[in-house]
Amino acid sequence: MLRIENLHVSVEDKKILNGIDLHVGPGEVHAIMGPNGSGKSTLAWVIAGNEDYQIEEGNLLFKGQPIEDLDPEERAVQGIFLSFQYPVEIPGVTVTNFIKTSVNAIRKARGLSDMPAGELLQKIRKTAEKLQIDSKFLSRSLNEGFSGGEKKRNEVFQMMMHEPTLSILDETDSGLDIDALKIVARGVNEMRSPKRSTVVITHYERLLEYIVPDYVHVILDGKIVKSGDKTLAQKLEAQGYDWIKNS
Amino acid sequence: MIPFQIDISLVNLRNNDYSNYSYYCWRIQEIKGQKMAYTEKELQEKLETQEYQYGFYTDIESETFDKGLSEEVIRKISARKEEPPWMVDWRLRAFRTWTKMKEPNWANVQYQKPDFQDISYYSAPKKKSKYKSLDEVDPELLETFKKLGISLEEQKRLTGVAVDVVVDSVSVATTFKKTLEEKGIIFCSISEAIQKYPELVKKYIGTVVPQRDNFYAALNSAVFTDGSFCYIPKGVRCPMELSTYFRINQAGTGQFERTLVIADKGSYVSYLEGCTAPARDENQLHAAVVELIALEDAEIKYSTVQNWFPGDKEGHGGVFNFVTKRGLCHRRAKISWTQVETGSAITWKYPSCILKGDYSIGEFYSIAVTNNHQQADTGTKMVHLGNNTRSTIISKGVSAGKSQNSYRGLVQISPRAQNTRNFSQCDSLLMGNNCGAHTFPYIESKNSSAQIEHEATTSKIGEEQLFYCNQRGIDTEKAIALIVNGFSSEVLKKLPMEFAVEARKLLEISLEGSVG
Repeated sequence: MLRIENLHVSVEDKKILNGIDLHVGPGEVHAIMGPNGSGKSTLAWVIAGNEDYQIEEGNLLFKGQPIEDLDPEERAVQGIFLSFQYPVEIPGVTVTNFIKTSVNAIRKARGLSDMPAGELLQKIRKTAEKLQIDSKFLSRSLNEGFSGGEKKRNEVFQMMMHEPTLSILDETDSGLDIDALKIVARGVNEMRSPKRSTVVITHYERLLEYIVPDYVHVILDGKIVKSGDKTLAQKLEAQGYDWIKNS
Repeated sequence: MIPFQIDISLVNLRNNDYSNYSYYCWRIQEIKGQKMAYTEKELQEKLETQEYQYGFYTDIESETFDKGLSEEVIRKISARKEEPPWMVDWRLRAFRTWTKMKEPNWANVQYQKPDFQDISYYSAPKKKSKYKSLDEVDPELLETFKKLGISLEEQKRLTGVAVDVVVDSVSVATTFKKTLEEKGIIFCSISEAIQKYPELVKKYIGTVVPQRDNFYAALNSAVFTDGSFCYIPKGVRCPMELSTYFRINQAGTGQFERTLVIADKGSYVSYLEGCTAPARDENQLHAAVVELIALEDAEIKYSTVQNWFPGDKEGHGGVFNFVTKRGLCHRRAKISWTQVETGSAITWKYPSCILKGDYSIGEFYSIAVTNNHQQADTGTKMVHLGNNTRSTIISKGVSAGKSQNSYRGLVQISPRAQNTRNFSQCDSLLMGNNCGAHTFPYIESKNSSAQIEHEATTSKIGEEQLFYCNQRGIDTEKAIALIVNGFSSEVLKKLPMEFAVEARKLLEISLEGSVG
């Protein structure tokens, strides 16, 4: 699904990733953990195709094809979805209108016609119910005046609408209270299938109690320094990152 | 079911032939029944044709006066229009006033001042007889209408909107007159009104925008060749949107329309106005005057979508749009201006309300988009004379390219006006680093009971916003359109719905290629 080989990335001449290797197979859930500034978010943005990040060395392959030269929207069409740590506000554009625009933009690029309005509305309604999103929420301006939790829920909402093959959740747990966390995790788990893969980026082990990963990687100074199964996350929670730094 | 309502186009996209399809006015083609969503494909086709869409010129045999302006020319115009003597005198008075006036230069725009002796002041399609059937109409003209999407053939089958078409200066066809006549509504060209309803014209013309009001208004008063006239009788609610379509066709002609709308006591009318011009490399002058009179308890809603040729990417050509629009509100009357300004090289326009009667209401909703080298200086004046008068101003400016976009507004409270209220909001959106947004709000309050609020914001379309949209599969061009539409939504929703759909598309087209 996603194959990253010896990836070196810099932004404004500042080196951030120093040779990342990561292989995410179909159906797998990988958690990426690490302290602030270790390069977790950078990795997410590079996969999504932000142009501010320069790939200096290494390969980025999705479904076996290099994607370094694709625009972000082309990567979205390929099935890559990034749930933003800080989703942006777009005043005057309702949640529904935004979702409709993006769903149909991707369909168009895939050679499909627009999703019929009735079908789309029904899907929106069903998905909103699952995430316990109030219908009033759907006619509000995108992320404008949303609480931190509402923004994150809105990201997962869009993810479920798009049904991507690769989802990257960047700090989706921050800003969520425990009830919201459970709801969001349920949504993510529902998407799990042998065809879909998920990368969960987080500081805390808490989210991983609800979205149980197949693999856990620890990133430090732009390099994956340790990989393991979910017990690694528990150990980190108990002992902190110093344990790895010192080992 | 609110979410989709605004995105559904009522426009019947004939055979998907977009090549010469222009943008507004032709929701007439289809009003009720078959609603069609406009699809990405159609939009894409639109976006592929990057140049100005309305750049066709129709070769209609027309009678055009020699260039130049003098008393003799004015007499000639008046004679050609078979006007009564009082009208000639009125024009000549305006001309004499104009010769003593200077072209204003306080606006935040820069341009080569037009040479007023180098303009032809009259241009009319030669066949002037009023047509009884379509067979009598010049086929070339019919072709123009087809290109505009408002062919008369189709109009006949339509319901809901009456259209008065002004090509260059003479009003060619007015439809739906009959339906309107039954209600006692008069909707015709101003020339016809001068002939048929002289007492109404005489009573009201120049009462809201006096001849000496400003340089361009004086010029218009002297030389106006046509325009629209509308009268709604007491207590009548006009059953359809009245619509006028302007187009400058002939090279080197100025368009000086004169519009007069009178809503008698307790009546209501919604009036739409759309404008385009062919692409030319010289500047064309457009100096219109619009006067609205809302008598007691009457309401006038006046909507404009202006898409005159903005000039090319280097700033050559384009229309100089110097327009004076003003409305007078009597007791408890309401006037609401809504405008979407995307065209013209230079826009100088301040639709205003004189709130004379107690409890009267004035509203101004505006979106002005400038790209490339366009310059817009636009806004409104709300003059509060009566007690308990209220006004609302919502202005949205979008600047891209190397354009300059200014909001200029005046809120004036007279000493005797008690308990007046005003709310103003001016928002600017910038795209790129070479454009400018300016706000010149003037507030003159001479009565301490007034409540005046002013809010202003300036924002820029951010890289992060664009990346977010891109990540969701929306390309940059479409993302900009989405963000601009969102920014403008408060104003767009004030437009009659069919107009709003066209206006949205127009915003997208106007900003093509503005972020590279």
